[in-house]
Amino acid sequence: MAGPVSIKNPQREQHAFQRRIVLAVSLVAVAAVVLAGRLFLLQVLRHDYYLQLSQGNRARLEPIPANRGLILDRNGKVLAENQAAYQLELIREQVPDLATTLRGLAQLQLIPADEVDDIRRLVRARRGFEAVPIRLRMSEEEIARFAVHRHQFPGVDIRTRLTRFYPNGDLAVHALGYVAAIGEADLPRIDRSAYAGTTLIGKLGVESAREKELHGTNGFREVLVNAQGRSVQAQGGLAPDLRSRAPKAGADLILSLDLVAQQAAEQALRGRRGVVVALDPANGDVLVLASQPGFDPGLFGRGLTRAEYRNLETDIDRPLFNRALRGTYPPGSTVKPVIALAGLHNGTVSPESSRFCSGEYYLPGSSKPFREGRSGRHGAVNLEDAIAVSCDVYFYGLANQLGVDNIAEFLAPFGYGKPTGIDIAGEQSGILPSREWKKKRFKRRQDQVWFPGETVNFGIGQGYMTVTPMQQAHMVATVASRGRSFKPRLVTGMRNAETGQATVVAPQALPTVEGIPEADWNHVFNGMMGTMTRGTGRGVGNGAAYSIAGKTGTAQVFSVGANEKYVEKNVSERLRDHSWFIAFAPVEKPRIALVVLVENGGFGASAAGPIARKVLDAYLLPQLVAAAPAVTAAPQAKP
Amino acid sequence: MSFPQVESRSARRTLTIATRILLALKLDGPLLIGLAMVACYGLIVLYSASGQNSDMILRTLLRMGLGAAAMVAVAQLRPNTLRNAAPWLYAGGVLLLLVVDASGYIGKGAQRWLDLGFIRFQPSEIMKIAVPMLVAWYLQERPLPLGLGTLAVTAAIILVPVGLTAIQPDLGTALLILIGGALVVLMAGVPLLVLAALALVGMSSAWFGWTLLHDYQRQRVFTFIDPQNDPLGAGYHIIQSQIAIGSGGVFGKGWMNGSQSQLEYLPERHTDFIFAVIGEEFGLLGMLVLVMLYLFVVGRALYLATQMQDTFARLLGSSLALTFFVYVFINTGMVCGLLPVVGVPLPLVSYGGTSMVTLLAGFGILMALYSHRKLVGS
Repeated sequence: MAGPVSIKNPQREQHAFQRRIVLAVSLVAVAAVVLAGRLFLLQVLRHDYYLQLSQGNRARLEPIPANRGLILDRNGKVLAENQAAYQLELIREQVPDLATTLRGLAQLQLIPADEVDDIRRLVRARRGFEAVPIRLRMSEEEIARFAVHRHQFPGVDIRTRLTRFYPNGDLAVHALGYVAAIGEADLPRIDRSAYAGTTLIGKLGVESAREKELHGTNGFREVLVNAQGRSVQAQGGLAPDLRSRAPKAGADLILSLDLVAQQAAEQALRGRRGVVVALDPANGDVLVLASQPGFDPGLFGRGLTRAEYRNLETDIDRPLFNRALRGTYPPGSTVKPVIALAGLHNGTVSPESSRFCSGEYYLPGSSKPFREGRSGRHGAVNLEDAIAVSCDVYFYGLANQLGVDNIAEFLAPFGYGKPTGIDIAGEQSGILPSREWKKKRFKRRQDQVWFPGETVNFGIGQGYMTVTPMQQAHMVATVASRGRSFKPRLVTGMRNAETGQATVVAPQALPTVEGIPEADWNHVFNGMMGTMTRGTGRGVGNGAAYSIAGKTGTAQVFSVGANEKYVEKNVSERLRDHSWFIAFAPVEKPRIALVVLVENGGFGASAAGPIARKVLDAYLLPQLVAAAPAVTAAPQAKP
Repeated sequence: MSFPQVESRSARRTLTIATRILLALKLDGPLLIGLAMVACYGLIVLYSASGQNSDMILRTLLRMGLGAAAMVAVAQLRPNTLRNAAPWLYAGGVLLLLVVDASGYIGKGAQRWLDLGFIRFQPSEIMKIAVPMLVAWYLQERPLPLGLGTLAVTAAIILVPVGLTAIQPDLGTALLILIGGALVVLMAGVPLLVLAALALVGMSSAWFGWTLLHDYQRQRVFTFIDPQNDPLGAGYHIIQSQIAIGSGGVFGKGWMNGSQSQLEYLPERHTDFIFAVIGEEFGLLGMLVLVMLYLFVVGRALYLATQMQDTFARLLGSSLALTFFVYVFINTGMVCGLLPVVGVPLPLVSYGGTSMVTLLAGFGILMALYSHRKLVGS
C-alpha cells in the first residue's frame, strides 16, 4: 500500500472517492440506459412511422403522361396525332447573367422584346434549378436560329413535349373536337390524380366523347429529391429503391369518317355557311360530318389568347357552332318523301292518282292562298311527279287530308323531334310539331290551338317543324335502307396502341319503321330518282356513274306575305332561304345517305345540289373503280 | 501442429514490444485502443456524412494526428508539472477569452475564434481543461467535505470563464466548461445540504440566465419542448434527426445509404448531428456499438482515476473521464430528442473544431497522472 501523501486521512479519502466513483458509474449507466431506451423507442417502436416520413422526404412522384390515342379515319388515315413541339426552357442557376441572356434572346427574336421584363420576373419567381419554359412552340426556323447561337446561352435549351396535332387543319373539326388546357369546368368530370401530368383534355367531338379511352393511363416515376427539392440522380452511395410505372397509351380511335369525302365536302362548302352530313345506311357510320365555317383545332392546344377566343366566339359566321348537330332548320321540301310515304301508308293517296296543281292551294272554305314555291304551276301530277318536281300544292292537299296527328305519328320513327343518339355530345332535338306539342309549347290558350293552315305548311316542311342536318341525314338513311335504321356513330373501332389489337364497336340498330310495303318505298324512290332526271335536281345528277335518289329543299328564313313573291335579290343575304339537298346512292344498294345544307344558299338545287354531287362522287367513284372489272383498271394500277 | 505455437509465440513477443513502447510513452493501452476505435468508427461515418469528401477526411486525420501528438506530449508531463501549470494555464485562457470577447464586441456578433494565421483556435476549448485543472489544484489541499468558503472560491473559478464564454455567445461550450468544473467539485465531495442549496441557486440562476438568453437560444429550448410547433424553422433539426434515426431501424439503411443524410434533409450532418447519420445508416446496432465504445473509454478512464493516489490526480482524472461522458450524452441526447439542441459536437466523431485536440490532450493528462502514480506513491 502506498504511504500517506498529506496530513489528511488518505485511507478514508480514498474510500469516499471510490464510493463517489461507484455513484458516478451508476449514473453513467443510468444515462446510457435512458439513451438506449430512447433509441429503442425511435428505431424499433416508431420505426415504421419514421421510415414513412423519410420516404416522403426523399422521393417526389413525377407523373409520366400517357400518349393520347390517335384518331384515324375509316381507311386508317390520320386525323389527329401527337407531335413533338419545341419549347425554349431556361434554368436560372445555369445562366451566368439573366438580363443579358434574355436580351440576347430577344435580339435573336426568339422571345418578344417587350416581354423580357415579364419573363425575367417569371423566371425569378421559380426556383433556380427549375426549367422554366420561356417560349412555346418554336418554328423550325427559330430552332435553327437558336442552334447556331446556342453556345452563347448556357442554361437555355430546347425541350420537346408532345402536343396534339391535326394534320388536316380544320378538317372535320366539329366531329373531332379539339384538346385544350384543362380548365376549371373540366375538373368535376376527371379523376384528378389520374390526370396528374396531363395538361390537355378533349373538348367537343370525339376528343371529348372518348376522352377516357384516348387519355390512357398516366405512369409515374419516383424521383430522388434532396432537401432543397432538387431532383438528383444519386447522392453518395445512396442507391434507393425507387418505384415507377410505365404509362399506358390511350386507345387509337377508328372513325367512320371518310377523309376523301370529308375533304370534298369541306372544299365544296368553303366560303359558305353550311353542313354536309353523310351516313352509311347499312350501319349508321357517319361518313362525312362537315360544318362550315370551322376553326383550327390546333389553336387551342397552343394556348389561345383571350382576344383570339373572343374573335372566334363573336364571329358572325359562328365557327365554333356545330351546325350539323346543333343547327335546327325547317326541313323544307326535303321532308316530302316521308310525307308521301305517310300518305301511301295511310291510304290517303294512291300512287297513280293525280292532283291538279294550279299554283295555289286553298283550304276548303278559305280564300287564303297557299302558294307554289317557285315553279309556278305543275298541272296534273301524281305522287312520283310531285316528289320529282317538288309540287307544293300536291303536298298541301296531302297534308291537309292526313291531318297533323297522322303526320307526326308517322314521322316520329324516322328520328324527328329527338336526338339521333350520335356518339358525340351537343345534339339538338329539333321540333316535330303536333297538337300535343303545341299545347305544351305555348302558354296562352289561344296560341295552343292547332290551325289547319299549320298542317298545310307542315306538308312542305315549313312552319313549326325544325330538324338538325344530322336528323335529316338519319331520315335519308332510314328511307334508303327501306325502314331499317341505326344510331349514327363516329367511332367504329378502337385499337390498342401498344398491341395493335383492334376492337370493333358494333353498330347500334334502332327500331325499324314497320309496315311499309316494298311498292310504297319504290314509288318514293322513283320520285326521288325523278328529281335527279327530270325534276328539281336535274343538273345535279347529270352524267353520274351511279343512280341517285335525291330531293331538293328550300327552307324559309324570312316569311313572305301571302300576296308577295319572294325575290332572292331583294332579300338581304342573311335572310335568304336555306338551301337543302338530300340524296342517297346508288339507289339499288345504297351506300351513302347524304344531306347538304347551305345557310342562306337560296334554292336547294343551285347551292346545295352541286356540293352533294361532289361528295357522292368523292365517296362512290373510288369504290366503283375498285369494284369494276379489272380489265381496264389493273394494268394501270400495276406499274 | 507446431505452426500455431510459433505464431502465438511471435504474437506474444509483439505484444510485449507494444507494451514496452506504451510504457515508455506513458500511454495506457486499453484506453488508447478504445479511443482509436472510436476515431476509426468516426472516420468511416464521416466519409459518408460528408458526402464522400476526402478533403474532410484528410483534415480530420490531420487533427487526429495533432491530437495524438498533444496526447503523447502531455502524457510525458509529471503530475507536479501539471499541478504547477494549472494556475498559469487558467490565467492565460481567461486572458485569451477576454481578447476574443473584446474583438467580438468590436466586430459585432458571435466571436469564438482566435485567428493565428495558420490555424484558427478557440480559447474556450482551453478552459475545458484549465478549469478542472485549477479546481482540482485548488481543492487538493482542502479538507473534505468542502466548506462554504471553499465552494464560493471554486464557484468563482468556474463561473468566470463560463460567463466569458457564454457572452460570446457560445452557450454549448460554456455549459461544458461549467459541467467540467462542477464534476470536479462533485467528485471532491459536497455535503448533501450544500448540494441542495446549490441546486436551488442553480435553478434560480437558470431562470435569471433565461432572461439573458438570445432569442435563438430560447427558441432552441422551446423547440426542444415541442418540435412539431415549427417544423420548418427551429424544429427542423430535431424532427429531421429523429426521422433519420427512426427510419434507420435496427440494422440501418447501410453505409452511405441514408436518404435523410445523403439528401441533406439532416442539417449539420457531419458536425453536431453526425450521431443521427450513424442511426440512419447503421441502425440501433451501430449506435449501440458506438455507445459501448464510449462507455469502454469512460470506464477505463474512471478505472485509471481510481488507481491514482493523490487528490489532485483523482479529482482531475475522474472529472475528465466524466466530462467526456457528459459530452457524449449531451450530444446523443440532443440528436435523439432527449435534450434541447445545444451546439455540442460528438466527441472524436464530429467534424471540425479544436475539440479533437483538447479531448485527446485531456486523455493525455489522464495517462500522465496514471503512469506517473508510482512516482508519487514511492
